[in-house]
Amino acid sequence: MALAVFLIAADHIDSPSVAGTKVDIADFYAFEGDNPNNTVFIATLQGPLEPGQVTENAVFDEDVLVEFKIDNTGDFKEDLVIQAIRRDSIMYFFGPSEVDQPDTERDGVSGLTSSVFINDLAGQVRISTTDSLFTAENRGMQFFAGPRRDYFFFDFNRFNDIASGTAAPEGFFPEGTATDFFENLNVLSIVVEVPNALLGEAPDHVGGAVGITGLPKAYNVWVSTKRKQ
Amino acid sequence: MKTYNIKLVLLAICTSLLFVQCADDDENGNVIDQDLCSDGIQNGDEEGIDCGGTDCEPCIGSINFTGVYVQEDVMGRPAVNTAFGGSADVKNSFNIAAVSERNDSLTFPLVNFQREFEETLELYHDVYGDALGVDLDYETNILNLDATTFTAVLANFDALQVAPNATTTYFDGTNVLTGRNLGDDVIDISLILMFGGTNGDRFDGNNGTPQLTSDGVGVGDRDLTLPFPYMEDPISQ
Repeated sequence: MALAVFLIAADHIDSPSVAGTKVDIADFYAFEGDNPNNTVFIATLQGPLEPGQVTENAVFDEDVLVEFKIDNTGDFKEDLVIQAIRRDSIMYFFGPSEVDQPDTERDGVSGLTSSVFINDLAGQVRISTTDSLFTAENRGMQFFAGPRRDYFFFDFNRFNDIASGTAAPEGFFPEGTATDFFENLNVLSIVVEVPNALLGEAPDHVGGAVGITGLPKAYNVWVSTKRKQ
Repeated sequence: MKTYNIKLVLLAICTSLLFVQCADDDENGNVIDQDLCSDGIQNGDEEGIDCGGTDCEPCIGSINFTGVYVQEDVMGRPAVNTAFGGSADVKNSFNIAAVSERNDSLTFPLVNFQREFEETLELYHDVYGDALGVDLDYETNILNLDATTFTAVLANFDALQVAPNATTTYFDGTNVLTGRNLGDDVIDISLILMFGGTNGDRFDGNNGTPQLTSDGVGVGDRDLTLPFPYMEDPISQ
């Protein structure tokens, strides 16, 4: 029996309909910033990118809206959204915006459709290039957009062998023999750092619902890419 | 006199800002001009504060952000759709679904993500079992989640949990599911949850077992000490 898995994880090229397009999310990170009162959100896109011309030529699509979603009530519906979208050489950031706002076309329930919260401009940053780094700060938030080294690490070729049964009986290679497929590859990255005070109170950790106790209160967060219709 | 003094002060501030230059912080020698467009006042031929005119970026009001945008990709925890989606149809459906609606049989009458994920999880075990000539099934993992519960968490609650004002990590030996850092070995953690069994060491390469709980690679030489934006410059060649 063979399981056809052509895995370029974590979310790198995960489904046929988005693989190779500018909506394709490669990875998503969320962690405490250097300032412990802040949370950092990172979305990486369009990965993996070969170094050199492929990376230099990679651009964010002006028709693709990137949204960081924050559920702070525990129902896995977003309560707050941070949006990022490119115009020319600038990445514009909006929010954190409450989803139920008048005069917008988002449905406010599932969050599958959105319009830009143009009244909630949070900041903007010149998009970095392969040899120039630009960051910006406004109202305690920090912003970045541009190419970065891919921080995802995985011996994905060996995983494919395991999934197809050809790596038996050894399984994965030991440290030193295994190969990190992503070691020298790049991604397009959007980084936004947000004071926790802008994210509301965190709900009880979802782990409690499946018997994993003692976990701290935590937001449920995810990232989506949306294309202009 | 008072008005005159204020003007003088403003002029002095503006003049000093005009001549400020600062290096960007990637130490590659580039110099960014800090000019009229960042002085916090509307001056020159600016159409607003630090925007518009010949030198500055366009004012926000003049940029077209209209339109309706529809979801095409979504991601919460690492490697969920890629590892468990199985078929192309399931993966595509997962990506256009709202996180809160994946368990809704009215929204998705043709696909049950949890069941698809559980079948994929068992299939991984079957593939390896066949290769070894034994019958293998998933075993309740170190979080004490059986196959159905584990895949329900993955399929129907696919978000990262991130704890404010607490240690954030996917798993660091002590804390679990409080965030995802750039250096977290999410693949090894996922493999342990998939193949590690109740103690995390079911298939760890010891005692004649195959190595299925670590892919043998770590973060390597990627720098985890950088200030914002926390990630290294792209690899050049």
